[in-house]
Amino acid sequence: MGTVSEEILSAHVGKEVAAGDIVIVPVDFIMGQDGTTSLTIQAFRSMGGKTIHDTGKSAFVIDHNSPSPLESISNIHDMIREFCEEHNAILYDIGEGVCHELMPEKGHVLPGSVVIGADSHTCTYGALNSFATGVGSTDLAAALISGKTWMKAPGTIKVVCNGSLQPGVFSKDVALHMVGGLTANGATYKALEIEGEVIDALSVEARMTISNMAVETGAKVGIMRCDEKVRTYLSTRTTAHFRGVEATEDAEYDRVIEEDLSDLPPQVSRPHDVDNVAPIDKVAGTEIDEVFIGTCTNGRFEDFAIAARILAGKQVSKRVRLIVAPASRDIMIRCMEEGILAKMIRAGAAIVTPGCGPCVGTCGGIPADGEIVLSTANRNFKGRMGNSEAFIYLASPATAAYSAINGAISDPREVLG
Amino acid sequence: MNNLRGRAHVFGDDVNTDYVISGKYKFKTLDMNELAKHVMEDLHPGFYKEIEDGDFIVAGENFGCGSSREQAPLVIQAAGIGAVLAKSFARIFYRNCINIGLPVVECDTSDIGEGDELLVDLRKGKVLNVTRDKSIAAAPLPAVMVRILQDGGLVEHFKKHGGFKIKDEG
Repeated sequence: MGTVSEEILSAHVGKEVAAGDIVIVPVDFIMGQDGTTSLTIQAFRSMGGKTIHDTGKSAFVIDHNSPSPLESISNIHDMIREFCEEHNAILYDIGEGVCHELMPEKGHVLPGSVVIGADSHTCTYGALNSFATGVGSTDLAAALISGKTWMKAPGTIKVVCNGSLQPGVFSKDVALHMVGGLTANGATYKALEIEGEVIDALSVEARMTISNMAVETGAKVGIMRCDEKVRTYLSTRTTAHFRGVEATEDAEYDRVIEEDLSDLPPQVSRPHDVDNVAPIDKVAGTEIDEVFIGTCTNGRFEDFAIAARILAGKQVSKRVRLIVAPASRDIMIRCMEEGILAKMIRAGAAIVTPGCGPCVGTCGGIPADGEIVLSTANRNFKGRMGNSEAFIYLASPATAAYSAINGAISDPREVLG
Repeated sequence: MNNLRGRAHVFGDDVNTDYVISGKYKFKTLDMNELAKHVMEDLHPGFYKEIEDGDFIVAGENFGCGSSREQAPLVIQAAGIGAVLAKSFARIFYRNCINIGLPVVECDTSDIGEGDELLVDLRKGKVLNVTRDKSIAAAPLPAVMVRILQDGGLVEHFKKHGGFKIKDEG
């Protein structure tokens, strides 16, 4: 009897787990990226690690600095490659994409699983009904050796999104609205269970945008139901057997938030905190210098499809630089094949390597002092994109693309409504 | 690890890991002593030079929110900070601190001023503000976390026991 999180943890531990219990839990998949894995390798060696507990269930992704911009980073990448070769771990090298796209895309995440990743946005896989959460590098080393991690079972806040979104309003707007409402620490140590008609209507990829941002409320996971769309998504990606996990009828929630989102306008997060969210009319007209479409939040096929639809036959404002980073190689190929890349490039976009791109200031696209960036990423902290004198706004790919044409933050309902 | 003494360096709410150590430095080197020179520099330029060994970082709500980067607590530790006291912590940061052996104390920090001298008893969960002669109750740490901290962090715990030697609590 319990919430989805309690049910998943109970099934893994083999006894009833309730919110607040601290348990040593077996993990189904382990993921590290190039910003955190070097410390994992150091910890693994210091702990006396000789072999990885289950080699087929750990993957390392070189995405944060891809391709390497610095000699010192190249050496870290080399260390990761050697570690993967030595221990038979799966390696996704430069150009393959962002870890949080690759993990679901390559079929590593199953409904009802426990997944840990040394990256805070590991909660993205909640969209596949996985208890997936970010941990530190040392945690990852311990899990590589033992196949387990220590976990405090979280209490749960249920978020019910009713209604249907207006044209021009997307899952990113739902995510931003959720973060603005809950605030940056409104769900600290908690699980979010996100459901409702709005979620049911979204693609699995669009749901990932919302689960991805669960951590921006402090939450441990942002978990959704396993429905037919999830099963279809996984049908071409894995042959593994799985079963979705639901909450029991007597599950106890810390809070239930229910809202009709039929009138929700596009949302924008303002500098320098993600929860500083406003409806678009409050910020419309703000002049921008750089637009970035991509990341583990919004670098998926349908994100570029909508951006290209808006950009087609238009030109990005002379004052704006538009940078596009597909979240994976497969997404980039599909965008090429369907003419989406060409539409964006003709409109003035600069396409960069599939990966994290300019999101975290490690791989190009660094704004100048005083510049304003409109990004589809999940964080707008001061200094996030590599310059603490810049200002970052967050919005959906549609808002980003339409604003890029106008040179100022603009409401995409003007062209999509 | 039970009794700590030092001066308070006070920060506000929602101090994120990008403030603790900017992403632009963290990927460049694994040398924490080098990274430590940049600790909190966007919020408080020159902070590193003001730290004496054993001093405390004292903050408001949601300390350490943002990235999972373990460099954040490691850099704080390398800068000589003895413990972080905050009204609340972001969860990944919190577990990273335990795992690397940096004590964290959840307590009401409202009445702690810049430079106040503090005495922290981790096991009893008590903070004494020596400067203001005030006692502050802190949440005692769960036994699992005390065990990891006492071993000196998760690396030392694994070295000692070869794996998790912790009983479930609940």
